[in-house]
Amino acid sequence: MRNVLKVTTPTDREIVITREFNAPRELVWDSMSKPELLKRWITGPPGWEMTVCEEDARVGGTFRWAWTGPDGAEMAMSGVYHEIAPPERCVRTERFEVGCVPGGGEQLATLILTEKGETTSLTLTLRYDSKEARDGAAASGMERGMAAGYDRLDEILEAAAV
Amino acid sequence: MMTASLDATFSALADPTRRAILARLAKGEATVNELVSPFKLSQPAISKHLKVLEKAGLITRGRDAQKRPCRIAAEPLAAANGWLEGYRKIWEANFDRLDNLLDELKAETNKL
Repeated sequence: MRNVLKVTTPTDREIVITREFNAPRELVWDSMSKPELLKRWITGPPGWEMTVCEEDARVGGTFRWAWTGPDGAEMAMSGVYHEIAPPERCVRTERFEVGCVPGGGEQLATLILTEKGETTSLTLTLRYDSKEARDGAAASGMERGMAAGYDRLDEILEAAAV
Repeated sequence: MMTASLDATFSALADPTRRAILARLAKGEATVNELVSPFKLSQPAISKHLKVLEKAGLITRGRDAQKRPCRIAAEPLAAANGWLEGYRKIWEANFDRLDNLLDELKAETNKL
């Protein structure tokens, strides 16, 4: 059975994502931290691929992920590690770069992996500077949607118009 | 939200400069003059974009007659894409791929 992804907004400044995985915590951690594994699942929108995955996962170290899409379109995300405690906890800043236009500000991402027998529970908390910044992430999210083509936006529009 | 206003939202968002202005305003309010230099556009050009955004309800402008600072308005954006839903879909697709990867890794581990 497929595990259910939950997205909630417990406060005005946060987005919280939770999900279970049917795998030991070490494997989940590796998949979320080793570039060769990250590239296999954070592929971006349909038609895109992750082309850059630089990871210096230590306190003060940086990461940069970049994707290339149809017609050479590009997007990237980068940030700095604040805390790192394998295979359990990681806190880092994240900032989207959209083409050459800076994205909608910086978010603080806290990843927590909890072991539950043979499964692993993931909680990813994204915290923004303000409600406006959080909701404004929609602007850059929209940009990424646009970059991927208007097809998916049509679906979104239909859903929103109901 | 009415479809007509969604149309206004999306036509306003169809322009890359206007999306960039929104991304800038997501970080905090700004006056027209503060938007002129980073975007390397004339003041009238910026004002024109701001009018479109304001008409679409994507920004609001202060009453101060001199400065009229612009702020992002969250609700139309949220309504425009059910953005949380869009967000959920992105992560759902990612994590479904991660499930497959984990299955492969588990199979490899068991072989050893």
